[in-house]
This record gives sequence, structure tokens and C-alpha cells, in this order.
Amino acid sequence: MTTFTQKDPVFVVVQLSGGNDFMNTLVPYSNPAYYDNRKFLNIAEEDVLPLDGTLGWHPEMAPFKELYDRGMVSVVQGIGYPDSNRSHFRGMDIWHTCAPDEVSTIGWLGNVIEQLDPRGENPLTGVNFGVGLPRAMSKAGVPVTSVSNLDEYGLMSGISAQQQRTQALQIFKDMYGQAVGSGPVMDYLSRTGMDVLSGADLIKVAPQQYESTVEYADNPIAKSLRDVARVHTANLGTRIFYTQQGGYDTHANQLPTQPGLFRDLSRAVNDFFADLEEHDADDNVVMLIFSEFGRRINDNGSGTDHGSGGGAYLVGKPVAGGLYAEYPSLERDKWEKGEDLAHTIDFRGIYGTVIEQWLGLEAAPIVYGNFEQINPFRAN
Amino acid sequence: MNSNEIALKAHLLRRAGFGASRSELESLSDKSYEEIVEDLVHPERFEEIDEDYLKRYNPELSYHDGHPIHAGRWIWRMINTKRPLEEKMALFWHHVFATAHYKGDHTPSTIGQIQTFRENGLTNIKQILLDLAKDPHMNYWLDNCENHSDQPNENWGRELLELFSMGVGNYSEDDVKQAARAFTGWTFEQPLPLYPYGHYESKFVFNEADHDNSEKTFLGRTGNFNGEDIINIICEERATALFICRHLYNFFVEDEPQIPAWSIEPPRNPEAVDAMIDILMSSGGEIRPVLTYMFNSDFFKNSFYKKVKNPSELVAGTLKLSGRYAVVPAEGENVGTLYNTAAVMGQALMNPPTVEGWHTGHEWIDGGTLNERVNFAVNQFNDVSSPGFEDILGRLGSVVKSADLVDKCLDLIGPIEVGDETRQALSKYADEVGDLELSTDEDRAENAKKIARMIQLIVATREYQFA
Repeated sequence: MTTFTQKDPVFVVVQLSGGNDFMNTLVPYSNPAYYDNRKFLNIAEEDVLPLDGTLGWHPEMAPFKELYDRGMVSVVQGIGYPDSNRSHFRGMDIWHTCAPDEVSTIGWLGNVIEQLDPRGENPLTGVNFGVGLPRAMSKAGVPVTSVSNLDEYGLMSGISAQQQRTQALQIFKDMYGQAVGSGPVMDYLSRTGMDVLSGADLIKVAPQQYESTVEYADNPIAKSLRDVARVHTANLGTRIFYTQQGGYDTHANQLPTQPGLFRDLSRAVNDFFADLEEHDADDNVVMLIFSEFGRRINDNGSGTDHGSGGGAYLVGKPVAGGLYAEYPSLERDKWEKGEDLAHTIDFRGIYGTVIEQWLGLEAAPIVYGNFEQINPFRAN
Repeated sequence: MNSNEIALKAHLLRRAGFGASRSELESLSDKSYEEIVEDLVHPERFEEIDEDYLKRYNPELSYHDGHPIHAGRWIWRMINTKRPLEEKMALFWHHVFATAHYKGDHTPSTIGQIQTFRENGLTNIKQILLDLAKDPHMNYWLDNCENHSDQPNENWGRELLELFSMGVGNYSEDDVKQAARAFTGWTFEQPLPLYPYGHYESKFVFNEADHDNSEKTFLGRTGNFNGEDIINIICEERATALFICRHLYNFFVEDEPQIPAWSIEPPRNPEAVDAMIDILMSSGGEIRPVLTYMFNSDFFKNSFYKKVKNPSELVAGTLKLSGRYAVVPAEGENVGTLYNTAAVMGQALMNPPTVEGWHTGHEWIDGGTLNERVNFAVNQFNDVSSPGFEDILGRLGSVVKSADLVDKCLDLIGPIEVGDETRQALSKYADEVGDLELSTDEDRAENAKKIARMIQLIVATREYQFA
């Protein structure tokens, strides 16, 4: 476990939903094979933002490159898993549960949250921003809070008279608090209701306390990361944050679509870390940015179809920065299924890296096995 | 009607429609359960909903800019239609053939697809899949317009097999590629430009010059297949019947595991699904007889509280009870806002998160969405002058004994049954408010709020979250 900070380590996950095209994120611009296979959908050498003599960032990733140049981004090149499933849903399920061979309802972060807070004492140990809890965070009996609108979170908020609201909340507590054994879904509802009650009480201080000079852009990922910052800086004991940015399923029209997503994402991530720095709250935060798969090596003339290997990023002050694992080979005989980038490191090894080296927990029971790890963190 | 009969009809209308107020249930008192099922599966027996008033008060509906108001209008239709199963089947196919507005951003296509589901939803699976394959919104969503004879794009071919008909494990990767080839050249006519008059409709076109006219081998059959042949072959497969019937069972009867698990986990009630499959296959793919059988079956009649309401059901059903957003909307009732009410509960109509559609059952519920569900339902009864609440109040007589308050309200709001803990908590509230006089205007003004609070507590229960 890293000794970079004395504070409890905090982990933020940003999911890029739809399957981000890694080859056009970190572009192998010196490799003729890239231009041979990406006849239509390529980033010209003069447009990339060079990282070194062989790789360059997508031009809209400039704010992200800035973090990289400051040593705050460890790039995991070629992340994936064997026999990648090209279905978004199954693919995402596998990333969320670490269970490629069965359908599991236990999320890997559900397991992590359970270990961080074994008695479920703080419903804010894990907080999701967005509509719908990701499977990664769900595990029966593990309370987590999912917030779509941080400023209006709380039950019975429409009953204006405080005394009557208090009475209604007490009855709500009586109705939801006592059920045991009346069926799994009814029990689940009971627990969720009680978690909402206590989580809402705790989280409402976050928007009240927060002040910042950082002005986030007006788009969903920027709003979500600002919410993460508001709750993190309120010191409510949240250890795991989760949010997502959608729209990466670029079978068609990738050229006009991907730049806008990258612009929003890279600026939001940069603003987020600037915000944390302003609050002296950045030394214990590590962010993982991932997507469920990369895309096909050959484009289809307008976009790219579902592929296998992709990229992931660990971001934050505690990381050492640089490139990790190998960039997937563009040589035709190394392609997975004859058409995809082959992964060079298993995502469960990256999860394991975070679980053991950042969060200080044992990885094997959570990722179901031992997978090759990397060393992306600073020693101290 | 005796109370069992009312409860059963209320159950049927919650599932085959979007619930029913007490006066709607009473208007069905001279019809048997079976007759109501027949009426439901024959929506053409009833007049189409009159949208004139809605359009008068919401002139922006006449323009095709932005889909949220049209999604809100859909919820308004769910509340007010005389053909509830027609709207319910449109919602069903929207769940299965999830297509989102955000990609195409072309409102006529988005709402046109839902209208197609309304029109064909009770017909034949072959017809429904063929209409889907020709639907411009779907065509663009899954990139079949980019599926060219010299450069196939397999997105539509894959999802047709994986998510719309057979399910994972019943075809090979090669079948996906062959299906994609058969649909080359299936595209749409570019609509007229947006400016200056707004969006025009787009329509299907078969571009023969861009169609791969060579032999394909698909699911063991060989021939020069076109897209329609692929659909015909798919519809011969029992896997397709299983997939569709399991969807119907999951949507109307009882929550199943999520779709990605279907290739691994058997149906909850295999006998029921098998019987539905037999009817679907022996009728050559007709949906109506399957639904008729299902609604009249014992497994359906015994499925109370086995399904978590989806957000549309919760929103439309609650508004039916409060009587708001009626055929003639009251002042300030802007249907566009209804879109967001369901969206924050996790169901942005016409904008499902991915082509897999929404995760259903208890996955509708997490801390955030439960908060939204409870608050929405509670807020509908803040105002004691809503027509639905006034109707409930009028049915309570001149005095409500404290001991009767819980049962009377549970009856008028459903009827719904609640567990012991819920009943105790509600009874505690009834004890606190005591007997309630309603005979004079002063009494009513004084006590209406206390009764409304009881209704608010009931719609906040766990039990109310179930359809």
C-alpha cells in the first residue's frame, strides 16, 4: 500500500460507456500500420499531441495531456480480458463483476465497499452520481447511495411543514424499517429506504459547505465530477465514487462524435483535480477511467465496430505517471479474432493493483484470482 | 362487484394498462374479467384518444423539435387512453427494441417508431420485426444505413439476433455476419433539411445497388437471402418464440432475471412460458392469442406483487389516481414535464440508456430512484383539490372512523394489500388523527389534509412500488 498520504485513500471511477476507441485516443502515429488500417478514421500525424516519438494524444485531449505531463496520469495500454465479449451489456457486466463465465449480481466495488465498511455504518462509503446504480457497486446488504440531483436529495421533501415532514419520515421509517423475510425484493426495498433516509441526512451538508473558484463546464460529466468534488471535500467518509459518461458507441459518425466527448471529459477531469487541489483534497484521490472494450482495428468507413483490447487511465497526485503494459500490436498476425487489438494486461490485474496498492485490501477474493499487477503509484 | 373481483380487475388493469381509478373500475362492473381481457386485446373497439385539447394547450406539440414533450405526451396518452393495452404494448416493444433519441436527434423518426409499435404491437412477430428492420430510427440507431455491400456494418445484424429475437447462444458469429450481408442496402431516404421549416419525416428505402446479392448461409439455410428472408428464418426458430414469450412474461407477469442471464438461467415458470411458446408458434407468430391466454391464466391471476412498477407505470398510475393531466389538462399541467418525472426514476422514455434497454425488476430501485419515486407519488397528494383526491374524499362518507381509515384508503387507492409492518405504521397514524368528520365544509377543509396525508403514506409504501 502506498504511503503517499495519511488520509484514507479515495477511489473515483469514471466509466466511458459504449466502448471507447483507444487507438484514436492515444494514437500510434509513427506506425504505418495504423494509417493502413484506419484509412478513413485516423488522426493525422500533424494533429496529434505527441506524448513521445510513437504515441500522441487525440487533439481534444489537451487538458488531459496537461495532467499527463505533470506526471498525474498512468496510462494502462492494452487493457482487456481473454475472449472479449463484444456485447456492450455482457462486456460491461464482466467489467463490473469480474465474472466472465457466469452472470453475477455482485459488483467488484460492492465487495470493496463491504470490506471498507463491513458493518454498513456509513451509507456514503460508496456514492454513485447518475441515474441508476451501476452493477459494479451493487451487492446485497451493502448500502450505497445513488444521487441524480445532489441539490434536491431527500425523502418527503415536498411536504413543506417541517413538523409534518418529520412525522411522515418517522412513519416511513416504521414501514421500511421492520420487514424481515418478506421476500428478497421487499427486503431490498426496506434496506434501500432506510439507506436513503440516513444517506440523505448526511449528504445534505455537502452542497451547503462547498465553495470553489473552479468553474466547470455545463455538460453531464462536468456536473457529475463537480458533485464528486462537493461530496469529497465535505469529508463525509466516502471512499468510492462512481460516475459515467455515455456516447462512445461510435459505429458511425465517429469523426464528429468522439472529439466532443473527449473535450468534455478531458476538461472535466482537469477541472476536477484543480478543484481538489484548491481544497487541499487531492493527495488521497485516485481516479480510474475505463471503457468496456476498444474498437475494431479496421474502420468501417464511418465508424468502428465493437472490438476487444482498449486503454485505461489512473489519474491523480498519488500516481507516478507514464505508460504501463504494452501498446497492443498492430501486426496483423497478433490481432485478436483476426480483427481486434489484443489486450496485453487483464483488467482484473488493474483492479487488483488499485485494491492492494491503493486501497490496502486483498485483491484475490474480489477479482477472483491472481492477475498481473502494475506499479503505477508513487512510492511516497 | 365483490372485493376479490375488484382486486383482480385492478390487477389486470395495472399490468395490461396503467392502473385504474375507482370510477374506472366501477364502470367495468357489468363486464366479466374475460370480457375485459377481450376488450383489452381488441383496442380497435374503442375510440382513439382525442388529442385536440392537448394540442390546444401545448402548441409546441405541433412542431418536431426535441423529443421530451413527445415523451411526456406519451405518458399523457398512457393516463387517458381508452385503449390501455395498445399503449402498454408500445411500451413493451420500446423496452425490447430499445432505440434512443440521442443518437439520431430526429424527432419525427423517434416518435414515428413508437407510433409503429402502437399500430403493430398486437399483430404478428414477423410483421413487427419487418417493420422494425424498415424503421428509419432503428436503421440509423444501429447503423444499417452504413451497412454496405462492399463494407458490411454488423451492428443491426448482431442486435437483431442477440437482443431482438433469438438471444445469445443460439447463433454463431458467422450468422451475425451473414445476417448483416442480407440487410445491406436497407437504408432510409434522407429527409428534407431541417431549416427553415423544421424536421421532415424520413422513410425506408431499399437501395438495390448497395445490396449484397450473393449466396449466404444463415442458421444452416443457404440461399441468396434478403433481409426479409432472414426475419422469416429467425421466426421459424423456437429460440425466438422463447425469447419473445420470456419478454412478455417478464413484462406482464413476474420479474425475470436480466436478459444477459437468459442464456444461463431458465425461466422462473417454465410451464407457463412453454404454453405461451406453443400458442405463439402454432398461430404462426400471432401476439394477440398469447396475450389472451396469458391474462386469463392462473399464473397471471396469482402474480400480485411479483413485479416492480417501471417508472412509466408509477407516474401514469399515480396520476390516474390523482386525476391530474386528464384529457383536458388543467392550467399549468405542461405534459413536457412528465418526461422528466420518469427520467429521474431511471426511465427516460424514447431515450433508453443503450440498445439493451432498461434493466427492470428490482433494478429500477436504488437509493436515488426510490427517493424520486416516493417523492413524486407523495407530491401528487399535496393538493387536496385534485379531482382524483376529491373523488376519493367523496367516497368516504360523512365520517371516517379512525379504525376504518387505513382499510378504506387502501381499498380506494388500489385495492392494494400491505404487510403487517406497513399496516401497523399506517394504523398508528390513523390513531393519532382519530375519527374524522366530513359532513360540513368546515370539517372537510379541516380533515381533508389528514386523509391526504394517509394517501401520501400509502403511496410511499414498499407495496406501492409493485405493479
